[in-house]
Amino acid sequence: MIYVVVGAGPAGVVAAEQLRKLDPLSNVTIIGAEPEPPYSRMAIPYFLTNKIGEEGTYLRKTDQYYSSKNIAVVNKRVQSIDTEMNRVLTDDGDHYRYDKLLLATGASPSAPPIPGIDSPGVHNCWTLEDAREIVRLAKPGASVVLMGAGFIGCIVLESLALRDVKLTVVEMENRMVPRMMNDVSGNMIKRWCEEKGVAVHTSTRAESIEQAGGGKLRVNLSGGTSVDADLVISATGVRSNMQFAVDSGLQADQGVVVNEYLQTSNEDIYAAGDVCQGKDFSTGEYTVQAIQPTAVEHAKVAAGNMVRGHRSQHAGNVNMNVLDTIGLISASFGSWMGVPGGESAELLNEDEYKYLNLQFKDDVLVGASSLGLTQHVGVLRGLIQSQTRLGEWKDRLLKDPMRIMEAYLSCAQAQADPV
Amino acid sequence: MLKSLNIDPGKCTGCLQCEMACSLENEGVFNTAKSRIKVFTFHEEGRFVPYTCTQCDEAWCMHACPVDAIVLNPVTGSKDVKSDLCVGCKVCTIACPFGTVNYNADSGKVVKCDLCGGDPQCASACPTDAITYVDANATGLDKMRQWAGKTDNAASTGA
Repeated sequence: MIYVVVGAGPAGVVAAEQLRKLDPLSNVTIIGAEPEPPYSRMAIPYFLTNKIGEEGTYLRKTDQYYSSKNIAVVNKRVQSIDTEMNRVLTDDGDHYRYDKLLLATGASPSAPPIPGIDSPGVHNCWTLEDAREIVRLAKPGASVVLMGAGFIGCIVLESLALRDVKLTVVEMENRMVPRMMNDVSGNMIKRWCEEKGVAVHTSTRAESIEQAGGGKLRVNLSGGTSVDADLVISATGVRSNMQFAVDSGLQADQGVVVNEYLQTSNEDIYAAGDVCQGKDFSTGEYTVQAIQPTAVEHAKVAAGNMVRGHRSQHAGNVNMNVLDTIGLISASFGSWMGVPGGESAELLNEDEYKYLNLQFKDDVLVGASSLGLTQHVGVLRGLIQSQTRLGEWKDRLLKDPMRIMEAYLSCAQAQADPV
Repeated sequence: MLKSLNIDPGKCTGCLQCEMACSLENEGVFNTAKSRIKVFTFHEEGRFVPYTCTQCDEAWCMHACPVDAIVLNPVTGSKDVKSDLCVGCKVCTIACPFGTVNYNADSGKVVKCDLCGGDPQCASACPTDAITYVDANATGLDKMRQWAGKTDNAASTGA
Protein backbone atom coordinates (compact mmCIF):
# COMPACT_ATOMS: atom_id res chain seq x y z
CA MET A 1 0.00 0.00 0.00
CA ILE A 2 1.06 3.55 -0.67
CA TYR A 3 0.06 6.14 1.90
CA VAL A 4 0.55 9.86 1.39
CA VAL A 5 0.07 12.30 4.26
CA VAL A 6 -0.23 15.99 3.37
CA GLY A 7 0.89 18.13 6.30
CA ALA A 8 3.83 17.77 8.67
CA GLY A 9 2.30 18.95 11.93
CA PRO A 10 1.31 16.70 14.85
CA ALA A 11 -1.61 15.09 12.98
CA GLY A 12 0.54 14.29 9.95
CA VAL A 13 3.46 12.90 11.90
CA VAL A 14 1.40 10.82 14.33
CA ALA A 15 -0.64 9.43 11.43
CA ALA A 16 2.50 8.50 9.50
CA GLU A 17 3.89 6.71 12.56
CA GLN A 18 0.64 4.84 13.03
CA LEU A 19 0.46 3.89 9.34
CA ARG A 20 4.00 2.54 9.55
CA LYS A 21 3.21 0.60 12.73
CA LEU A 22 0.02 -0.98 11.39
CA ASP A 23 1.34 -1.67 7.89
CA PRO A 24 5.08 -2.33 8.21
CA LEU A 25 5.67 -3.04 4.52
CA SER A 26 3.84 -0.01 3.17
CA ASN A 27 5.20 3.11 1.57
CA VAL A 28 4.60 6.21 3.76
CA THR A 29 5.34 9.78 2.64
CA ILE A 30 4.73 13.04 4.50
CA ILE A 31 4.52 16.14 2.29
CA GLY A 32 4.96 19.35 4.30
CA ALA A 33 4.84 22.85 2.83
CA GLU A 34 7.19 24.61 5.24
CA PRO A 35 10.97 24.39 4.75
CA GLU A 36 11.55 22.98 8.25
CA PRO A 37 11.71 19.58 9.88
CA PRO A 38 8.25 18.67 11.26
CA TYR A 39 7.70 20.95 14.25
CA SER A 40 5.03 21.95 16.73
CA ARG A 41 3.39 25.37 16.70
CA MET A 42 2.52 24.74 20.36
CA ALA A 43 6.21 25.16 21.16
CA ILE A 44 6.73 28.48 19.36
CA PRO A 45 5.89 30.65 22.39
CA TYR A 46 8.73 28.97 24.27
CA PHE A 47 11.09 29.63 21.36
CA LEU A 48 10.11 33.30 21.54
CA THR A 49 11.19 33.47 25.18
CA ASN A 50 14.46 31.58 24.57
CA LYS A 51 13.34 28.71 26.77
CA ILE A 52 14.16 26.47 23.81
CA GLY A 53 16.00 26.79 20.51
CA GLU A 54 14.39 26.01 17.17
CA GLU A 55 15.20 22.33 17.55
CA GLY A 56 13.17 22.35 20.76
CA THR A 57 10.06 22.83 18.64
CA TYR A 58 10.70 19.73 16.54
CA LEU A 59 8.09 16.99 16.87
CA ARG A 60 10.76 14.28 16.80
CA LYS A 61 14.24 14.97 17.96
CA THR A 62 16.81 13.20 15.81
CA ASP A 63 17.74 13.77 12.17
CA GLN A 64 17.47 10.09 11.42
CA TYR A 65 14.13 9.52 13.11
CA TYR A 66 11.95 9.52 10.00
CA SER A 67 14.38 7.52 7.87
CA SER A 68 14.75 5.00 10.71
CA LYS A 69 10.98 4.49 10.52
CA ASN A 70 11.15 4.36 6.73
CA ILE A 71 8.92 7.44 6.53
CA ALA A 72 9.80 9.82 3.69
CA VAL A 73 9.46 13.53 4.48
CA VAL A 74 9.47 15.99 1.60
CA ASN A 75 9.17 19.79 1.76
CA LYS A 76 6.78 20.74 -1.04
CA ARG A 77 3.46 22.47 -1.34
CA VAL A 78 0.58 20.37 -2.61
CA GLN A 79 -1.45 22.17 -5.27
CA SER A 80 -4.17 19.73 -6.13
CA ILE A 81 -5.47 16.21 -5.83
CA ASP A 82 -6.14 14.20 -8.97
CA THR A 83 -8.91 12.02 -7.57
CA GLU A 84 -9.28 10.09 -10.84
CA MET A 85 -5.65 8.96 -10.86
CA ASN A 86 -5.24 8.88 -7.05
CA ARG A 87 -2.29 11.24 -6.96
CA VAL A 88 -1.40 14.62 -5.47
CA LEU A 89 0.36 17.26 -7.53
CA THR A 90 3.03 19.45 -5.93
CA ASP A 91 4.24 22.96 -6.77
CA ASP A 92 7.41 21.70 -8.45
CA GLY A 93 5.34 19.87 -11.06
CA ASP A 94 5.92 16.49 -9.44
CA HIS A 95 3.21 14.07 -8.38
CA TYR A 96 2.77 11.42 -5.70
CA ARG A 97 0.51 8.44 -6.23
CA TYR A 98 -1.49 7.09 -3.29
CA ASP A 99 -3.77 4.23 -2.40
CA LYS A 100 -4.96 6.14 0.66
CA LEU A 101 -4.42 9.84 1.29
CA LEU A 102 -4.59 11.74 4.57
CA LEU A 103 -5.18 15.49 4.62
CA ALA A 104 -3.50 16.94 7.69
CA THR A 105 -2.87 20.39 6.29
CA GLY A 106 -3.76 22.25 9.47
CA ALA A 107 -4.96 25.82 9.58
CA SER A 108 -3.64 29.30 8.88
CA PRO A 109 -4.26 32.69 10.47
CA SER A 110 -7.14 34.62 8.97
CA ALA A 111 -6.47 38.31 8.48
CA PRO A 112 -9.08 40.78 9.75
CA PRO A 113 -10.45 42.75 6.78
CA ILE A 114 -9.15 46.18 7.76
CA PRO A 115 -7.20 48.81 5.80
CA GLY A 116 -3.46 48.49 6.28
CA ILE A 117 -3.46 44.86 7.39
CA ASP A 118 -0.92 44.13 4.63
CA SER A 119 1.54 46.81 5.85
CA PRO A 120 5.12 45.75 6.47
CA GLY A 121 5.46 45.42 10.22
CA VAL A 122 2.18 43.51 10.60
CA HIS A 123 2.92 39.87 11.33
CA ASN A 124 1.20 36.67 12.25
CA CYS A 125 2.63 34.46 14.94
CA TRP A 126 1.97 31.06 13.47
CA THR A 127 5.00 29.56 11.71
CA LEU A 128 8.62 29.21 12.79
CA GLU A 129 9.44 31.82 10.12
CA ASP A 130 6.93 34.22 11.73
CA ALA A 131 8.59 33.56 15.08
CA ARG A 132 12.05 34.39 13.71
CA GLU A 133 10.71 37.74 12.49
CA ILE A 134 9.12 38.47 15.86
CA VAL A 135 12.38 37.65 17.65
CA ARG A 136 14.07 40.18 15.37
CA LEU A 137 11.46 42.91 15.83
CA ALA A 138 10.20 42.49 19.40
CA LYS A 139 13.27 43.85 21.16
CA PRO A 140 13.01 44.89 24.80
CA GLY A 141 11.34 48.28 24.95
CA ALA A 142 9.66 47.99 21.53
CA SER A 143 5.98 48.91 21.30
CA VAL A 144 3.86 45.99 20.19
CA VAL A 145 0.14 45.86 19.44
CA LEU A 146 -1.45 42.42 19.58
CA MET A 147 -4.75 42.14 17.74
CA GLY A 148 -6.83 39.34 19.22
CA ALA A 149 -6.85 37.93 22.75
CA GLY A 150 -8.08 34.47 21.88
CA PHE A 151 -6.17 31.32 22.73
CA ILE A 152 -3.35 31.95 20.28
CA GLY A 153 -3.23 35.66 21.05
CA CYS A 154 -2.89 34.93 24.76
CA ILE A 155 -0.12 32.37 24.23
CA VAL A 156 1.78 34.92 22.17
CA LEU A 157 0.96 37.58 24.76
CA GLU A 158 2.84 35.67 27.43
CA SER A 159 5.97 35.39 25.30
CA LEU A 160 5.84 39.05 24.34
CA ALA A 161 5.39 40.13 27.95
CA LEU A 162 8.43 38.05 28.87
CA ARG A 163 10.41 39.81 26.12
CA ASP A 164 9.88 43.10 27.99
CA VAL A 165 8.07 44.89 25.20
CA LYS A 166 5.51 47.64 25.74
CA LEU A 167 2.39 45.65 24.95
CA THR A 168 -1.14 46.66 24.00
CA VAL A 169 -3.82 44.02 23.39
CA VAL A 170 -6.98 44.69 21.38
CA GLU A 171 -9.90 42.26 21.59
CA MET A 172 -13.33 42.61 19.95
CA GLU A 173 -15.19 40.63 22.60
CA ASN A 174 -15.94 41.87 26.12
CA ARG A 175 -13.28 39.67 27.78
CA MET A 176 -10.12 37.75 27.11
CA VAL A 177 -10.15 34.22 25.59
CA PRO A 178 -13.89 34.46 24.92
CA ARG A 179 -14.07 30.98 23.37
CA MET A 180 -12.59 29.38 26.46
CA MET A 181 -13.51 31.58 29.44
CA ASN A 182 -16.79 33.09 30.63
CA ASP A 183 -17.31 36.72 31.66
CA VAL A 184 -16.00 36.16 35.18
CA SER A 185 -12.79 34.31 34.37
CA GLY A 186 -12.14 36.13 31.07
CA ASN A 187 -12.18 39.43 32.90
CA MET A 188 -10.02 38.07 35.74
CA ILE A 189 -7.39 37.26 33.09
CA LYS A 190 -7.75 40.81 31.77
CA ARG A 191 -7.21 42.30 35.22
CA TRP A 192 -4.21 40.00 35.77
CA CYS A 193 -2.62 41.22 32.52
CA GLU A 194 -3.26 44.84 33.42
CA GLU A 195 -1.56 44.29 36.79
CA LYS A 196 1.45 42.97 34.87
CA GLY A 197 1.65 46.19 32.87
CA VAL A 198 -0.14 45.11 29.70
CA ALA A 199 -2.71 47.54 28.26
CA VAL A 200 -5.84 45.56 27.42
CA HIS A 201 -8.67 47.00 25.33
CA THR A 202 -11.67 44.67 25.26
CA SER A 203 -14.89 45.39 23.30
CA THR A 204 -12.57 47.23 20.93
CA ARG A 205 -11.81 46.80 17.24
CA ALA A 206 -8.66 47.70 15.38
CA GLU A 207 -10.23 49.65 12.50
CA SER A 208 -7.20 50.50 10.40
CA ILE A 209 -3.41 50.48 10.37
CA GLU A 210 -1.37 53.29 8.85
CA GLN A 211 2.22 54.51 8.66
CA ALA A 212 3.01 56.87 11.56
CA GLY A 213 6.46 58.01 10.46
CA GLY A 214 9.80 56.98 11.94
CA GLY A 215 9.16 53.39 10.92
CA LYS A 216 6.20 53.16 13.29
CA LEU A 217 2.72 51.91 12.58
CA ARG A 218 -0.41 53.53 13.95
CA VAL A 219 -3.29 51.27 14.89
CA ASN A 220 -6.59 53.16 14.97
CA LEU A 221 -9.10 51.73 17.41
CA SER A 222 -12.88 51.89 17.57
CA GLY A 223 -13.71 54.67 20.01
CA GLY A 224 -11.33 57.07 18.32
CA THR A 225 -8.04 56.41 20.08
CA SER A 226 -4.90 55.04 18.46
CA VAL A 227 -1.70 53.26 19.49
CA ASP A 228 1.69 53.58 17.79
CA ALA A 229 3.73 50.43 17.46
CA ASP A 230 7.02 49.05 16.15
CA LEU A 231 5.33 45.74 15.52
CA VAL A 232 1.71 44.66 15.08
CA ILE A 233 0.82 41.02 15.58
CA SER A 234 -2.43 39.72 14.14
CA ALA A 235 -3.94 36.79 16.01
CA THR A 236 -7.62 37.13 15.25
CA GLY A 237 -8.36 33.52 14.38
CA VAL A 238 -7.43 30.63 12.13
CA ARG A 239 -9.09 28.85 9.23
CA SER A 240 -8.64 25.34 7.90
CA ASN A 241 -6.18 24.96 5.02
CA MET A 242 -8.54 23.30 2.58
CA GLN A 243 -8.47 25.32 -0.61
CA PHE A 244 -6.86 22.65 -2.77
CA ALA A 245 -9.12 20.01 -1.27
CA VAL A 246 -12.17 22.09 -2.17
CA ASP A 247 -10.79 22.75 -5.66
CA SER A 248 -10.30 19.02 -6.04
CA GLY A 249 -13.97 18.41 -5.37
CA LEU A 250 -13.99 17.34 -1.71
CA GLN A 251 -16.96 18.37 0.38
CA ALA A 252 -16.12 21.12 2.85
CA ASP A 253 -17.82 23.41 5.33
CA GLN A 254 -15.80 25.02 8.21
CA GLY A 255 -13.25 22.34 7.44
CA VAL A 256 -13.10 19.27 5.25
CA VAL A 257 -16.27 17.25 5.90
CA VAL A 258 -15.73 13.72 7.23
CA ASN A 259 -17.88 10.81 8.37
CA GLU A 260 -17.55 8.90 11.65
CA TYR A 261 -14.48 7.12 10.23
CA LEU A 262 -12.76 10.42 9.42
CA GLN A 263 -13.20 9.61 5.75
CA THR A 264 -13.91 12.54 3.42
CA SER A 265 -16.43 12.56 0.57
CA ASN A 266 -13.81 10.65 -1.45
CA GLU A 267 -13.45 7.08 -0.24
CA ASP A 268 -9.65 7.02 -0.52
CA ILE A 269 -9.11 10.32 1.28
CA TYR A 270 -9.22 10.92 5.05
CA ALA A 271 -8.71 14.05 7.11
CA ALA A 272 -7.26 14.78 10.57
CA GLY A 273 -6.41 17.76 12.76
CA ASP A 274 -7.17 21.43 12.18
CA VAL A 275 -8.37 20.85 8.61
CA CYS A 276 -10.87 18.21 9.67
CA GLN A 277 -14.42 19.04 10.69
CA GLY A 278 -14.71 16.17 13.13
CA LYS A 279 -17.22 15.18 15.73
CA ASP A 280 -17.42 17.04 19.02
CA PHE A 281 -17.97 14.68 21.95
CA SER A 282 -20.15 17.10 23.89
CA THR A 283 -22.51 18.34 21.19
CA GLY A 284 -22.34 15.50 18.68
CA GLU A 285 -21.92 18.15 16.01
CA TYR A 286 -19.14 18.25 13.46
CA THR A 287 -16.82 21.19 14.04
CA VAL A 288 -13.19 22.27 13.67
CA GLN A 289 -11.69 22.19 17.17
CA ALA A 290 -8.15 23.08 16.13
CA ILE A 291 -6.47 21.71 19.25
CA GLN A 292 -3.44 19.47 19.70
CA PRO A 293 -5.04 16.50 21.51
CA THR A 294 -7.79 16.31 18.90
CA ALA A 295 -5.27 16.43 16.06
CA VAL A 296 -3.38 13.49 17.54
CA GLU A 297 -6.50 11.43 18.20
CA HIS A 298 -7.87 12.11 14.72
CA ALA A 299 -4.54 10.95 13.32
CA LYS A 300 -4.61 7.66 15.19
CA VAL A 301 -8.22 6.87 14.31
CA ALA A 302 -7.84 7.90 10.65
CA ALA A 303 -4.63 5.93 10.17
CA GLY A 304 -6.25 2.84 11.68
CA ASN A 305 -9.16 3.10 9.29
CA MET A 306 -6.88 3.70 6.31
CA VAL A 307 -5.00 0.48 7.02
CA ARG A 308 -7.58 -1.92 8.42
CA GLY A 309 -10.82 -0.73 6.94
CA HIS A 310 -13.51 0.88 9.00
CA ARG A 311 -13.14 -0.78 12.37
CA SER A 312 -12.63 2.33 14.52
CA GLN A 313 -15.45 4.79 14.80
CA HIS A 314 -14.47 8.22 15.95
CA ALA A 315 -16.56 8.82 19.06
CA GLY A 316 -15.84 12.53 19.13
CA ASN A 317 -13.32 14.65 20.99
CA VAL A 318 -13.86 16.64 24.13
CA ASN A 319 -12.94 20.18 23.25
CA MET A 320 -10.38 21.39 25.76
CA ASN A 321 -7.70 23.99 26.18
CA VAL A 322 -5.07 24.99 28.68
CA LEU A 323 -3.45 28.39 28.65
CA ASP A 324 -0.75 30.19 30.61
CA THR A 325 -1.23 33.95 30.54
CA ILE A 326 1.86 35.46 32.17
CA GLY A 327 1.73 32.82 34.88
CA LEU A 328 -2.05 32.63 35.35
CA ILE A 329 -3.15 29.20 34.20
CA SER A 330 -6.60 28.60 32.79
CA ALA A 331 -8.28 25.52 31.38
CA SER A 332 -11.63 24.68 29.85
CA PHE A 333 -13.34 21.42 28.96
CA GLY A 334 -16.41 20.29 27.04
CA SER A 335 -19.61 22.30 27.46
CA TRP A 336 -17.96 24.82 29.78
CA MET A 337 -20.75 27.34 29.10
CA GLY A 338 -23.35 24.87 30.31
CA VAL A 339 -26.23 23.06 28.64
CA PRO A 340 -29.98 23.74 28.57
CA GLY A 341 -31.63 22.35 31.69
CA GLY A 342 -28.26 21.81 33.33
CA GLU A 343 -26.93 23.03 36.67
CA SER A 344 -23.69 24.69 37.60
CA ALA A 345 -21.39 25.22 40.55
CA GLU A 346 -18.91 28.02 40.88
CA LEU A 347 -16.09 28.85 43.24
CA LEU A 348 -14.54 32.29 42.95
CA ASN A 349 -11.64 33.88 44.78
CA GLU A 350 -10.89 37.09 42.91
CA ASP A 351 -8.03 38.21 45.13
CA GLU A 352 -6.10 34.97 44.69
CA TYR A 353 -7.10 34.54 41.06
CA LYS A 354 -8.72 31.17 41.66
CA TYR A 355 -11.84 30.05 39.88
CA LEU A 356 -13.59 26.77 39.21
CA ASN A 357 -16.83 26.39 37.30
CA LEU A 358 -18.51 22.99 36.88
CA GLN A 359 -21.42 22.30 34.54
CA PHE A 360 -23.75 19.35 35.03
CA LYS A 361 -26.49 17.64 33.08
CA ASP A 362 -28.42 15.50 35.54
CA ASP A 363 -25.65 13.97 37.69
CA VAL A 364 -22.99 13.94 34.97
CA LEU A 365 -20.24 16.52 34.55
CA VAL A 366 -20.50 17.93 31.01
CA GLY A 367 -18.17 20.92 31.16
CA ALA A 368 -15.73 22.81 33.34
CA SER A 369 -13.45 25.83 33.37
CA SER A 370 -10.77 26.79 35.83
CA LEU A 371 -8.34 29.54 36.65
CA GLY A 372 -5.26 29.29 38.84
CA LEU A 373 -5.54 25.53 39.30
CA THR A 374 -2.75 23.21 38.15
CA GLN A 375 -3.21 20.03 40.14
CA HIS A 376 -5.27 17.09 38.80
CA VAL A 377 -7.15 19.20 36.23
CA GLY A 378 -7.15 16.21 33.86
CA VAL A 379 -9.85 14.48 35.93
CA LEU A 380 -12.26 17.08 34.60
CA ARG A 381 -11.73 15.58 31.17
CA GLY A 382 -11.92 12.08 32.62
CA LEU A 383 -15.27 12.71 34.29
CA ILE A 384 -16.75 14.41 31.24
CA GLN A 385 -15.64 11.80 28.73
CA SER A 386 -16.47 8.75 30.85
CA GLN A 387 -19.91 10.29 31.58
CA THR A 388 -19.53 9.04 35.11
CA ARG A 389 -22.68 9.33 37.21
CA LEU A 390 -21.84 11.38 40.26
CA GLY A 391 -24.88 10.38 42.33
CA GLU A 392 -24.79 12.01 45.77
CA TRP A 393 -21.50 13.67 44.90
CA LYS A 394 -23.23 16.09 42.56
CA ASP A 395 -24.94 17.85 45.47
CA ARG A 396 -21.66 17.97 47.34
CA LEU A 397 -19.99 19.52 44.31
CA LEU A 398 -22.79 22.06 43.94
CA LYS A 399 -21.92 23.17 47.48
CA ASP A 400 -18.14 22.95 47.06
CA PRO A 401 -16.75 22.35 43.56
CA MET A 402 -13.22 22.08 44.95
CA ARG A 403 -14.11 18.57 46.20
CA ILE A 404 -13.79 17.40 42.61
CA MET A 405 -10.92 14.97 43.37
CA GLU A 406 -12.89 13.30 46.15
CA ALA A 407 -15.84 12.99 43.80
CA TYR A 408 -13.62 11.58 41.09
CA LEU A 409 -11.99 8.99 43.34
CA SER A 410 -15.34 7.95 44.80
CA CYS A 411 -17.24 7.70 41.53
CA ALA A 412 -14.84 7.09 38.66
CA GLN A 413 -12.25 4.95 40.37
CA ALA A 414 -14.95 3.09 42.26
CA GLN A 415 -16.10 1.73 38.91
CA ALA A 416 -12.74 0.04 38.68
CA ASP A 417 -13.06 -1.35 42.15
CA PRO A 418 -14.89 -4.67 42.49
CA VAL A 419 -15.72 -4.07 46.15
CA MET B 1 8.07 -9.26 34.54
CA LEU B 2 6.44 -5.83 34.47
CA LYS B 3 5.67 -4.50 37.93
CA SER B 4 3.27 -1.82 38.98
CA LEU B 5 2.17 0.06 42.04
CA ASN B 6 -0.67 -1.63 43.86
CA ILE B 7 -2.67 0.65 46.10
CA ASP B 8 -4.92 -0.70 48.84
CA PRO B 9 -6.67 2.33 50.34
CA GLY B 10 -8.10 0.19 53.16
CA LYS B 11 -4.60 -0.13 54.63
CA CYS B 12 -3.71 3.57 54.39
CA THR B 13 -3.48 5.47 57.67
CA GLY B 14 -2.84 8.86 56.07
CA CYS B 15 0.67 9.14 57.50
CA LEU B 16 1.99 10.76 54.30
CA GLN B 17 5.32 8.91 54.44
CA CYS B 18 4.81 8.15 50.74
CA GLU B 19 4.50 11.83 49.88
CA MET B 20 7.59 12.67 51.92
CA ALA B 21 9.60 9.90 50.27
CA CYS B 22 8.45 10.91 46.80
CA SER B 23 9.30 14.55 47.36
CA LEU B 24 12.73 13.71 48.77
CA GLU B 25 13.56 11.33 45.94
CA ASN B 26 12.37 13.58 43.13
CA GLU B 27 12.76 17.11 44.46
CA GLY B 28 15.44 16.70 47.09
CA VAL B 29 13.27 18.13 49.87
CA PHE B 30 10.74 16.87 52.40
CA ASN B 31 7.73 18.76 51.09
CA THR B 32 4.47 16.89 50.57
CA ALA B 33 3.26 19.67 48.26
CA LYS B 34 5.91 18.53 45.77
CA SER B 35 5.01 14.86 45.84
CA ARG B 36 3.83 13.09 42.70
CA ILE B 37 1.74 10.68 44.76
CA LYS B 38 -1.10 12.29 46.69
CA VAL B 39 -3.09 10.97 49.62
CA PHE B 40 -6.67 12.21 49.50
CA THR B 41 -8.61 12.42 52.75
CA PHE B 42 -12.30 11.59 53.03
CA HIS B 43 -13.04 13.32 56.31
CA GLU B 44 -16.61 12.10 56.70
CA GLU B 45 -15.66 8.46 56.30
CA GLY B 46 -12.22 8.70 57.92
CA ARG B 47 -10.71 7.16 54.80
CA PHE B 48 -7.45 7.86 52.99
CA VAL B 49 -6.78 7.17 49.32
CA PRO B 50 -3.25 7.32 47.92
CA TYR B 51 -3.37 8.19 44.25
CA THR B 52 -0.85 8.40 41.45
CA CYS B 53 -0.27 7.50 37.78
CA THR B 54 -1.13 3.93 36.75
CA GLN B 55 1.30 4.11 33.78
CA CYS B 56 -1.70 3.29 31.57
CA ASP B 57 -1.23 1.72 28.15
CA GLU B 58 -3.19 4.47 26.43
CA ALA B 59 -0.68 7.06 27.65
CA TRP B 60 -2.71 10.08 26.67
CA CYS B 61 -0.02 12.32 28.14
CA MET B 62 2.67 10.81 25.96
CA HIS B 63 0.63 11.02 22.77
CA ALA B 64 -0.59 14.55 23.45
CA CYS B 65 2.92 15.92 24.01
CA PRO B 66 3.80 18.14 21.05
CA VAL B 67 7.57 17.89 21.51
CA ASP B 68 8.17 14.21 22.32
CA ALA B 69 9.10 15.03 25.91
CA ILE B 70 7.20 12.07 27.44
CA VAL B 71 8.68 8.71 26.60
CA LEU B 72 8.06 5.07 27.42
CA ASN B 73 10.63 3.57 29.77
CA PRO B 74 11.20 0.15 28.21
CA VAL B 75 12.39 -1.38 31.48
CA THR B 76 9.68 -0.32 33.91
CA GLY B 77 6.84 0.51 31.49
CA SER B 78 6.53 3.94 33.03
CA LYS B 79 5.94 7.06 30.97
CA ASP B 80 8.71 9.47 31.86
CA VAL B 81 8.89 13.23 31.42
CA LYS B 82 12.19 14.30 29.89
CA SER B 83 12.60 17.61 31.67
CA ASP B 84 15.16 18.96 29.24
CA LEU B 85 12.65 18.62 26.38
CA CYS B 86 9.44 19.64 28.20
CA VAL B 87 8.50 23.21 27.22
CA GLY B 88 5.77 23.48 29.88
CA CYS B 89 2.80 23.80 27.48
CA LYS B 90 0.62 21.72 29.87
CA VAL B 91 -1.34 19.94 27.14
CA CYS B 92 -0.61 16.62 28.86
CA THR B 93 -2.14 17.91 32.10
CA ILE B 94 -5.55 18.28 30.43
CA ALA B 95 -5.17 15.24 28.18
CA CYS B 96 -4.60 12.78 31.06
CA PRO B 97 -8.10 11.73 32.18
CA PHE B 98 -6.69 10.60 35.54
CA GLY B 99 -5.24 14.00 36.38
CA THR B 100 -1.87 12.52 37.27
CA VAL B 101 0.39 14.82 35.24
CA ASN B 102 0.73 18.17 36.92
CA TYR B 103 2.41 21.47 36.17
CA ASN B 104 5.15 22.70 38.46
CA ALA B 105 5.29 26.50 38.21
CA ASP B 106 8.70 26.62 39.93
CA SER B 107 10.40 24.63 37.20
CA GLY B 108 8.07 25.60 34.35
CA LYS B 109 7.76 21.89 33.49
CA VAL B 110 5.30 19.11 34.15
CA VAL B 111 5.92 16.26 36.60
CA LYS B 112 4.52 12.78 36.92
CA CYS B 113 5.32 9.47 38.58
CA ASP B 114 8.15 7.56 36.90
CA LEU B 115 8.21 4.68 39.40
CA CYS B 116 11.56 6.13 40.58
CA GLY B 117 13.18 4.20 37.75
CA GLY B 118 12.00 0.86 39.12
CA ASP B 119 12.42 1.35 42.86
CA PRO B 120 9.39 3.43 43.88
CA GLN B 121 10.19 5.19 47.14
CA CYS B 122 6.53 5.58 48.10
CA ALA B 123 6.17 1.81 48.31
CA SER B 124 9.43 1.45 50.27
CA ALA B 125 8.30 4.12 52.72
CA CYS B 126 4.77 2.84 53.29
CA PRO B 127 4.65 1.24 56.76
CA THR B 128 1.35 -0.60 56.25
CA ASP B 129 1.72 -2.08 52.74
CA ALA B 130 -1.03 0.19 51.46
CA ILE B 131 1.36 0.85 48.58
CA THR B 132 3.28 -2.10 47.19
CA TYR B 133 5.25 -2.65 44.01
CA VAL B 134 4.22 -6.01 42.60
CA ASP B 135 3.73 -8.11 39.49
CA ALA B 136 1.48 -6.05 37.22
CA ASN B 137 -0.94 -8.90 36.57
CA ALA B 138 -1.88 -9.10 40.23
CA THR B 139 -2.81 -5.50 40.82
CA GLY B 140 -6.29 -5.14 39.46
CA LEU B 141 -4.70 -2.62 37.18
CA ASP B 142 -6.63 -4.17 34.33
CA LYS B 143 -9.85 -3.07 35.93
CA MET B 144 -8.62 0.45 36.23
CA ARG B 145 -7.54 0.30 32.62
CA GLN B 146 -10.97 -0.92 31.64
CA TRP B 147 -12.28 2.31 32.98
CA ALA B 148 -9.55 4.12 31.13
CA GLY B 149 -10.79 2.46 27.98
CA LYS B 150 -14.09 4.24 28.35
CA THR B 151 -12.27 7.50 27.79
CA ASP B 152 -10.82 6.31 24.51
CA ASN B 153 -12.01 8.06 21.40
CA ALA B 154 -12.19 5.04 19.23
CA ALA B 155 -15.40 3.26 20.18
CA SER B 156 -14.01 -0.06 19.07
CA THR B 157 -10.54 -1.02 18.05
CA GLY B 158 -11.76 -4.29 16.64
CA ALA B 159 -8.43 -5.94 17.34
